[in-house]
Amino acid sequence: MNRFKQDFPILDQQVNGKSLVYLDSSATSQKPFQVIEAVEEYYKQYNSNVHRGVHTLGTKATDGYEGAREKVRRFINAASTKEIIFTRGTTTALNLVAISYARTNLKEGDEIVLSPSEHHSNLIPWQQAAKATGATLKYFELEPDGTLDIEKAKAVITPNTKLVAIAHVSNVLGTVFPVKELAQLVHQQGGVIVIDGAQSVPHMKVDVREIDCDFLAFSGHKMVGPTGIGVLYGKEALLEKMEPIEFGGEMIDHVDLYESTWKELPWKFEGGTPIIAGAIGLGAAIDYLESIGMDTIEEHDRQLAAYAVEELQKVEGLEIYGPLKNRTGLVTFNIDNVHPHDVATVLDAEGIAVRAGHHCAQPLMRWLNVTATARASFYLYNDEEDIQQLVKGLQKVKEYFGNVFG
Amino acid sequence: MSLDDLYRRVIMDHYQKPRNRGRLEDGDVSVDLNNPTCGDKVSLQMRIKDGKIEEARFMGEGCSISLASASMMTEAVKGQTVEDALRYVQLFSDMMQGEDIDTDEFPLEDIEALQGVAKFPARIKCATLAWKALEKGVKEPRN
Repeated sequence: MNRFKQDFPILDQQVNGKSLVYLDSSATSQKPFQVIEAVEEYYKQYNSNVHRGVHTLGTKATDGYEGAREKVRRFINAASTKEIIFTRGTTTALNLVAISYARTNLKEGDEIVLSPSEHHSNLIPWQQAAKATGATLKYFELEPDGTLDIEKAKAVITPNTKLVAIAHVSNVLGTVFPVKELAQLVHQQGGVIVIDGAQSVPHMKVDVREIDCDFLAFSGHKMVGPTGIGVLYGKEALLEKMEPIEFGGEMIDHVDLYESTWKELPWKFEGGTPIIAGAIGLGAAIDYLESIGMDTIEEHDRQLAAYAVEELQKVEGLEIYGPLKNRTGLVTFNIDNVHPHDVATVLDAEGIAVRAGHHCAQPLMRWLNVTATARASFYLYNDEEDIQQLVKGLQKVKEYFGNVFG
Repeated sequence: MSLDDLYRRVIMDHYQKPRNRGRLEDGDVSVDLNNPTCGDKVSLQMRIKDGKIEEARFMGEGCSISLASASMMTEAVKGQTVEDALRYVQLFSDMMQGEDIDTDEFPLEDIEALQGVAKFPARIKCATLAWKALEKGVKEPRN
């Protein structure tokens, strides 16, 4: 058995009379004892508001919250904790950039470049920013296997390109996009690059200075942390010039009846009582992932994905979407003509949890010329046995729908 | 929980051979509904005269449950009054909530087969999509 499984209490249970096989970590990952206990400890022993009280618990809570920020900084190798803003998740982080940065810096004639495979949360904020500023949306062209040809991408990025927003890893195709090369291209033309790291940061070492990205957004809950906490990384020089989008307590410096001023970075973007327990839980999640090593996790996920592709290809009538090689830990597929909902229901009866639907990527579904797909996604606690269970489950799907159709 | 509760033979029959599938050229009511969480779509057209649904046809993309439900719904409401159709919408909704209803009240016996969907909370929305389209369609003002 996989040696990490025992750290995740939820995995040790029966679902519909079968041992749970959790293959939906791209939607949200499970949480190890270490994270659950860190959140519990905060609530049981030092729950307090941060940055204000002079009392002991308040100091401890502040240390926990700001300590988590330092852990995040180190984890993605940011230059300063001023560049680490806690948000509710990836969506909120991307919206912050789209509202605060894009709406101020973009104008008619400017171009925003996206990939057609973006998750809705890295698509709609830019549609709205384009509408508000008069900027134009442009799209990279993807290769038939869902990868990006950097030479073709070069032609799309022009001197008018003020912003490129792209996922580091596609949540449907599993493609790893060449973000470092894209960052170079955008910078040569004077634009900025915004990276949606929701599917990459949990699964591989992401170094913001090595990539040289301007913004990076990711969520805690996909990297064994709690829900409701996410991160926006931004280069200090950019964040410094940006205005807050939420106003209230916690983010102010001086408040007068008619005018107010803001705190320094990163707090000017964190109006209201922050997500204290979530940040502390995220800090514990980073400790947990680092104790294993991101290289080890990346290798594990890639091997498992390769094994899954190999095994699933043997299933008759199954079609895999995205590149067959060099992909991260997820496989999106359809089987025969069975609708993915029906596939997921039959698998659920076997205790196997997969995602079915459009995966918040409707334009990509149209690009693939499908209405919906099923997706199995893996993390450090999955192993080859889980894949074998999936394959067995898919045989059940074939038997079941073969029978009722037959 | 048994899969056979969900996938009854009669449901599969409607899924494989949907009744009233296609576009109604002389319809006077047209409703497009999506289930945004999963991407299911139904497009329902009806011809309604003097408070009576003369004809109902649908097009759609979706799973076995959503398409079978649309097939049954159109079959059931053809020839029924708008008033009765709304009563069936309510009855169907109650059935999906797991309430103990008299399925004999439906004008089509097959609908009873969808009762098992109530045990699969994740699939209830699949079954109700076509009925929501029906409700919207008969309530909308017509020209």
